[in-house]
Amino acid sequence: MGSVGIVKYFDYTFGTDESEALRLDCGKKLSPVTIRYETYGTLNNSKTNAILIIHALSGNAHAAGYHSDTDTKPGWWDEMIGPDKPFDTNKYFIVCSNCIGGCSGSTGPRSINPKTGKKYNLDFPAITIPDMVRAQHRLMEYLSIPKWLNVVGGSMGGMQALQWAIDYPDKVESISAIATCARLSSQSIAFDWVGRDAIMKDPVWVKTQGNYENELPEHGLAIARMLAHITYLSDESMNTKFGRKLREKDNYSYDFSKNFEVESYLEYQGQRFVERFDANCYLYITRAMDYFDLAAKTKGNLTECLAKVKSRFLVVSFSSDWLFSPQNSKDIVKALRTNNKDVVYCNIDSQYGHDAFLLEVETLGTLISDFLSSVHERVQKNA
Amino acid sequence: MHNNYQIFTERPDLSIIAELIEKNSKVIDLGCGDGSLLDYLTKAKGVTGSGIELYQDMIIECVKKGVSVVHDNLNNGLSEIKDKTFDYAILSQTLQSVDKADDLLKEMARVGKKVLVSFINFGFYKARLQLMFCGKMPVTKSLPYQWYNTPNIHLGTINDFRTLCDSIGLKIIKQISANKKLKTVSEYWPNLFAITCVFMIEEK
Repeated sequence: MGSVGIVKYFDYTFGTDESEALRLDCGKKLSPVTIRYETYGTLNNSKTNAILIIHALSGNAHAAGYHSDTDTKPGWWDEMIGPDKPFDTNKYFIVCSNCIGGCSGSTGPRSINPKTGKKYNLDFPAITIPDMVRAQHRLMEYLSIPKWLNVVGGSMGGMQALQWAIDYPDKVESISAIATCARLSSQSIAFDWVGRDAIMKDPVWVKTQGNYENELPEHGLAIARMLAHITYLSDESMNTKFGRKLREKDNYSYDFSKNFEVESYLEYQGQRFVERFDANCYLYITRAMDYFDLAAKTKGNLTECLAKVKSRFLVVSFSSDWLFSPQNSKDIVKALRTNNKDVVYCNIDSQYGHDAFLLEVETLGTLISDFLSSVHERVQKNA
Repeated sequence: MHNNYQIFTERPDLSIIAELIEKNSKVIDLGCGDGSLLDYLTKAKGVTGSGIELYQDMIIECVKKGVSVVHDNLNNGLSEIKDKTFDYAILSQTLQSVDKADDLLKEMARVGKKVLVSFINFGFYKARLQLMFCGKMPVTKSLPYQWYNTPNIHLGTINDFRTLCDSIGLKIIKQISANKKLKTVSEYWPNLFAITCVFMIEEK
């Protein structure tokens, strides 16, 4: 299995002319819109081998390979994408784009508002999961891809994948929805609220009313990340990794400094996060997840909202994931079965919690690889 | 031709089931294992099939074959599936290990126009002889477990099954016994000489 090697990103900008603007669910328009994306592999002549990979909350368009010779870390799903890997770049043409509202190249709250010449910050319009999908669809048209062989995502990426099946039923051959849900649960909305509260009570955020420039609300963002990070793990995986291990010392210090390893781990995660992510983006994207309800237009009836999908589905959950629990996936599978849709479902036995979708590479990779092969085979046969 | 498949030499009941299924039909296989039967039916009979399976390693094997399968426990029921979605609902040698065999059979007859069930006949003469002469619960090639560790919690005979179908409003359309060595006698006295038996049933 190989690497895709050195890769570069592209920026596609549309809607410079207001008539081409992206219409958002909140009623506002976004223009212009830049979408950052990367591609791996080659689009075949019949254009039937394109796969859209959608990242999770804090992900970006850099899914595989390296940006330079000195780059130490590969893209976020490098283990899955490349020659002879599950997303086999010898066979498939892979596209990964950064979602709108993000801070990794695509238009978001930290982009320049053309009307003011300053950063949008809180002037940025509220965005939703269907808005993100609509923007990806514009990219799809720009790339002249008539139909995705597969749209795949984990967590928030999975929400978008499901949305694709509903909003563009004729443009997706198959969907892989991993560790995701059809609507965000009350518990997850609650966690998002606390995370945003930490940001919105950060002294820098308060002082600037969210319209910060160079001085950043890092403290609040780090707290939000630490909280969220706990929800990505499981009780079992934390016990296995840290237990009650103390850091450095043999004894308690009898004060409130870091004593336990798990404490310093969380602090580290929070610090790393503020280096690569923005607080206002965190507000906008978590809000988009809160609003996500696949069945909103069918009065909460999931079966009805999935009645017209035409894709084949791969749904995967992880046994110890309590943030996007297996029950969330089972609800999707049930609704698909009631509609007599073609669905594969596996609840992978794992102790890693929600993070399993990035860690259970072997089992998930096998499922994805075999599922893609059978979809690909069918498409080639019918071509 | 399908007798060349390994699954059919190991499992004569599957061979009988495969023969009974008409071309291009819609099939659900409950407890489909590694998906071999569905794979065969898809390739040889143009069947549109899907399965339900409990074990992860089996799911992975199904996906490898391109078989659509849902990871679930049959004891959770089939309530999400609409009436008569399938032409056939199959349950091969799994009936004995579900919680409520009667409820599952009724559900199968609801979602499938026809139901194909196979199970190991506990009335088989070798099983009877062991109980009669050794005074011990039978352990045979097709029932290799001890009484204390068997996953087969609802063992029954062919006659038991016929009585059950009658009492829950299911009609037996076909009954085919499997015992290669004692083919003729097992057709005459299935309850005594059939190792396994395949039933085709439907709602009355």
